[in-house]
Amino acid sequence: MGLATFKGGIHTYEGKELSENKPVQVLQPKGEMVFPLSQHIGAPAKPLVAAGDQVLVGQKIGEAGGFISACVISSVSGTVKTIEPRMVANGSMVMSIIVENDGKYQEAEGFGKQRDPKSLSKEEIRDIVKEAGIVGLGGAGFPTHVKLTPKDETKIDTIIVNGAECEPYLTSDYRMMMEEPESIIKGLNIILQLFDNAKGVIGIENNKPEAIRVMTELVKDEPRITVCPLKTKYPQGGERALIYAVTGRKINSSMLPADAGCIVDNVDTVISIYNAVAKSTPLIRRIITVTGDAIANPQNYNVRTGTNYAELLEASGGFKTEPEKVISGGPMMGQALFNMNIPVTKTSSALTCMSKDEVALSAPTACIRCGRCVNVCPSHVVPQMMMQAAMRSDIDTFVKLDGMECCECGCCAYACPAKLPLTQAFKEMRKTVIASRKKA
Amino acid sequence: MSKLLNVSSSPHVRDHVTSQNIMLDVAIAMIPATAYGVYQFGVKAALVLLVSILSCVLSEYVFETLMGKPVTVSDGSALVTGMILGLNMPPAIPLWMPFLGGVFAIIVVKQLYGGLGQNFMNPALAARCFLLISFAGPMTTFTYNDAVVSPTPLAAFKAGQSVDVAAMFIGKIPGTIGEVSIIALLIGAAYLIARKVISIRIPAAYLITFSLFVFVFGQHDLMYVLTHLCGGGIIFGAFFMATDYVTSPVTTKGQIYFGILLGVLTGLFRLFGGSAEGVSYAIIISNILVPLIEKISLPKAFGKEGK
Repeated sequence: MGLATFKGGIHTYEGKELSENKPVQVLQPKGEMVFPLSQHIGAPAKPLVAAGDQVLVGQKIGEAGGFISACVISSVSGTVKTIEPRMVANGSMVMSIIVENDGKYQEAEGFGKQRDPKSLSKEEIRDIVKEAGIVGLGGAGFPTHVKLTPKDETKIDTIIVNGAECEPYLTSDYRMMMEEPESIIKGLNIILQLFDNAKGVIGIENNKPEAIRVMTELVKDEPRITVCPLKTKYPQGGERALIYAVTGRKINSSMLPADAGCIVDNVDTVISIYNAVAKSTPLIRRIITVTGDAIANPQNYNVRTGTNYAELLEASGGFKTEPEKVISGGPMMGQALFNMNIPVTKTSSALTCMSKDEVALSAPTACIRCGRCVNVCPSHVVPQMMMQAAMRSDIDTFVKLDGMECCECGCCAYACPAKLPLTQAFKEMRKTVIASRKKA
Repeated sequence: MSKLLNVSSSPHVRDHVTSQNIMLDVAIAMIPATAYGVYQFGVKAALVLLVSILSCVLSEYVFETLMGKPVTVSDGSALVTGMILGLNMPPAIPLWMPFLGGVFAIIVVKQLYGGLGQNFMNPALAARCFLLISFAGPMTTFTYNDAVVSPTPLAAFKAGQSVDVAAMFIGKIPGTIGEVSIIALLIGAAYLIARKVISIRIPAAYLITFSLFVFVFGQHDLMYVLTHLCGGGIIFGAFFMATDYVTSPVTTKGQIYFGILLGVLTGLFRLFGGSAEGVSYAIIISNILVPLIEKISLPKAFGKEGK
């Protein structure tokens, strides 16, 4: 029998060898700290502080602006300088709290206090997760307390810990599995405490045999937890692909994992839940991989949120060669940056610096209808036809072709021999459709 | 940093496969059949191939230049069309015919419909059918062993004579330049499949359906089926022409339907039609039906099956 996987997908150059064996280093920030009020899916947070206020490490400085929203926590102590729009990784300006770091790291009351999760009720755990500002750290940033509050908690039978890390170059989840595997198990046990009927599954791609070995060893004495090795294939860590690989259940774009009895959380999200619940430590840090062929010393860092990207670059020895493209995240789904003057947020995962931009090097030619896009699409739609509709701005046909099922993973554009910007066109179309639905 | 950074929407990496190296792979895969054709039929065959390739490439260059369009000769698609056209010619044909065929294939069938990716029929096959209808005599005069005019084994077989299947497999028979040697074609086909240029879906559906068809409606005899598979252009057609990306369905299920349709049509033409051969017509008729086949074979999106 083959390894658990899904139909479609691609095999890219992985690039993980650059940083996979570099232990995580703690990097303390130097300059001002920027805390965008929107680092998650949902309503922006509301600021709880004003210019001139003193803040402490672990202090809540932004209150969730609704049910689907998340709190924002200060990662340093210091003075609030101002609240103003700042550029984030995706190029947009987001209202942000700017804190002048005093370098003392004075902690808020109760910060770091040990707690026994077993003594807490389900409601208390959910509340702690919410107050800790935890969101999905795999990239989407969906508020975790919302995920942990499904309509019917008895129907949840599988908690999947996403350790696939299928995005090329990224090694932060791998490092956490190697360095803090116990925290993952403990965090998962806290989630299992919320769902009486559930078992836990840790899904890891088989290009990380050491992580599979370490985790398998640890779950030997855990009756409710198993490790599921996955075939190495992008986008194996995509939520829909992962749920299918682990449980054989399929969800489409209008369904939630809970509809398939699943909750999926990234490795680092699970660790953050553990830190928040057992150690009273809210989400104030990210594990970031600084990598790419243009970087002098690829590294994995433990950074406080709000730190400027430029400091990550400096810590890694700067550029070895002049980069053509700098990406927040990995090359398949990351955001290309205009400059590095942006803050590390909860959903930051990597800074990938490439000396060559493969996109600029490959000019689009005519579609030859080879069907490679159809073969690689994990959503099982027909990108070739969707592209024709997109080029005519034909929204009706695009929707009829199930264009809204596209997960924007980028496989079609990667595989296209004519180098057509398929995924890019689909993103535009999907935005247009979503906007027109909102209007209606 | 002195240079500005490139900014674009993800993904930021691309596979190394290009349309150009796909075309090159197809050309490489036809080398065994081409080499055998030249070995078997001599200089005449080489000239026919040369003329048809030059005609296709020049037609593309001249047309695109005159129309003020970017010249796309370097993508290799005209080269492939030229090779397929040449391999579909009888070796003794007057040289102006492959030239005319090349002009027709590139200008009428391909460029007038919008160039690469827009033609709804395989250009080489459409040109072959055009020549076949216009000049039936020279297009169906096959020679073997220097100017001895003889019927193809498939025609002889249809007339009730016995044929040597082993000779057909190797290619020691009269026929078009590229279709005669089954072994050379299969080597090329294996290359295409190994390089993942083509999938097995269309050829497999085609050959299986065709075999069943002739078994049921012809003679219930495996040797009879084998003779049909080794005769005429079905192997060449199944692996090199029916799999033409532009004129075959992009959907997975559609490719199976397309192969089945080809098998049935080829069987019909060969068993019940006027001529012994039917591959070319089967393919171009099926080409025309591709948009309909795609329409009925759209896949269900992930998680929307059964809805």
